[in-house]
Amino acid sequence: MKSGQILKQTLLLAGGVIMLMPFLWMISTSLEQGGLNNYVEAWTRVPFGTYFLNTLIVTGLTLIGVLITSSLAAYSFATMEYPGRDTLFMLFLSTMMVPQPVYLAPSYVLLAKLGWIDTYFALIVPWTTNVFSIFLLRQHFKTLPKSLFEAARLDGCSRLGYLWRVALPLSKSVIATIMLFNVVGSWNSFMWPLVVTHSEKLRVLQVGLSYFNQEQSSNYQLLMAASTFSILPLLLLFLFAQKHLVGSYSRSGLKD
Amino acid sequence: MRTGSRVSPYLYILPALIIVICFRTIPILASFTASFSDYDIGGFHGFVGFSNYERMFTDARFWNSVTNTVFFVLGVVPAGIMIPLTLAMLLRGELKGKTVFRTIYFLPVVTSAVAVSVVWTWLFKPEAGPINGVIVALGGDPLMWLREPRGIFEMMLSPLGIQPKGIFAGPSLALVSLMIVSVWKSIGYNTVLFLAGLENIPNNYYEAAKLDGAGKWGTFRHVTWPLLSPTTFYVLIMSTIASFKTFALVYVMTPPPGGGPLGTTNVIVFYLFQKAFDRFDIGYASAISVFLFIVLLGLTITQRRVGERRVHYS
Repeated sequence: MKSGQILKQTLLLAGGVIMLMPFLWMISTSLEQGGLNNYVEAWTRVPFGTYFLNTLIVTGLTLIGVLITSSLAAYSFATMEYPGRDTLFMLFLSTMMVPQPVYLAPSYVLLAKLGWIDTYFALIVPWTTNVFSIFLLRQHFKTLPKSLFEAARLDGCSRLGYLWRVALPLSKSVIATIMLFNVVGSWNSFMWPLVVTHSEKLRVLQVGLSYFNQEQSSNYQLLMAASTFSILPLLLLFLFAQKHLVGSYSRSGLKD
Repeated sequence: MRTGSRVSPYLYILPALIIVICFRTIPILASFTASFSDYDIGGFHGFVGFSNYERMFTDARFWNSVTNTVFFVLGVVPAGIMIPLTLAMLLRGELKGKTVFRTIYFLPVVTSAVAVSVVWTWLFKPEAGPINGVIVALGGDPLMWLREPRGIFEMMLSPLGIQPKGIFAGPSLALVSLMIVSVWKSIGYNTVLFLAGLENIPNNYYEAAKLDGAGKWGTFRHVTWPLLSPTTFYVLIMSTIASFKTFALVYVMTPPPGGGPLGTTNVIVFYLFQKAFDRFDIGYASAISVFLFIVLLGLTITQRRVGERRVHYS
């Protein structure tokens, strides 16, 4: 190896250690004094089981909603001709320009009027469509050859059948990207659930962890144990889908 | 069948359209309307013209939150470009362990802001926290980090007998601590963007520079930097927008009610959150929302404009 290579590797290694340090400190502190018992203690002191379950339910149902509404809408935008299509598409896109904090307060008032505050509806329904996912799928559907569609029609395939049996199976990579973005987004979402839920039985993981942090502010072993098991599922997902996820982020240039 | 196919395109959009209209378009428009009204815990009390905006422009706490946000952006964005660009330059090309490094740098990006904040609160703990532990071991004085309201320039210059006041005192050490976490969290993402940008630069430019006898710095200065500028500009705007929206770090690391020691970490979105949900002053909070929206829209439009110009030139 040339000396330039060695210098490069050393610098990158030093950077890597700095990046990893907070995680290593988190894990080592979580094992101080009680060892693995800290994990049991943190898990049982507040109902983290409930928080996990709520987060799983919200993440799962939101994802199913996003996949259904996005593939239907993207399919229509990409393959059909009808009056008002482009206007509607612009209406969708325009909402992407407005960040969530801007309409948070009116959303709260709206949900209160619907009687949805402190319900799963408030946590899930507003996020069951995702304009960016629609956009990604539409771009992909537009690249599918028209002849494919005509051939499927000749074989007696309905429009919905074409979407389900031909278009979607040919979009696995885009679907995987959409799934990863939405899972990471729902799992880590904080401001919205903080605002629209109050009771403990509807609390999601991020909100639960932030309250736990306030209540146990001097109990660092427990806090680090709770942080560790809160990030573990996404960390595993990330390591498993690492290549695809990093590629997706760099291609689409999107951050929450 | 024929009538079905005329109606069906709309049926396909309908589920998404209902959600977008109910939970995006209507709240967004309501935000503008509410900013001209008196809307509090008791409900809607009528329209009040520009009085929420007048109040905003004379509200010292609002301007304090704007100042803090601007400090935050000015601290986070340059560091969030220089560090990732350096890392991307090092990672470029054939390299042993490239994937491992990229994975490590990217870990904080997928980690939730809340968990990150909980961990860093412990690292910054003035008593017994690991960072102060290292500083003391190296012979330095422990710092208050997230609980330090004094500006960093004030802290650096006061031993010399200089006492900068107001904005010249700089962001508080508490706010700088939040900046450090924010940069750490976004390094991996920006590095990946720069890596993609670097890989898009055609190799023949480098070969030409080599033939001209350009050194490493000359190649970077005259080939890499100009050809990378669309990526750099994109990262610049995106980090600026993300920094303007910072909330979770502030909320968890310097918890309510204060917004940090003496309000020195109270940024715009946090202030907006306090007005809307602690005071339920929806009218006033909406005026702040509209201000935030206009700033972010301006940034987005600038990005589009300059982005398009770049495409024409290249």
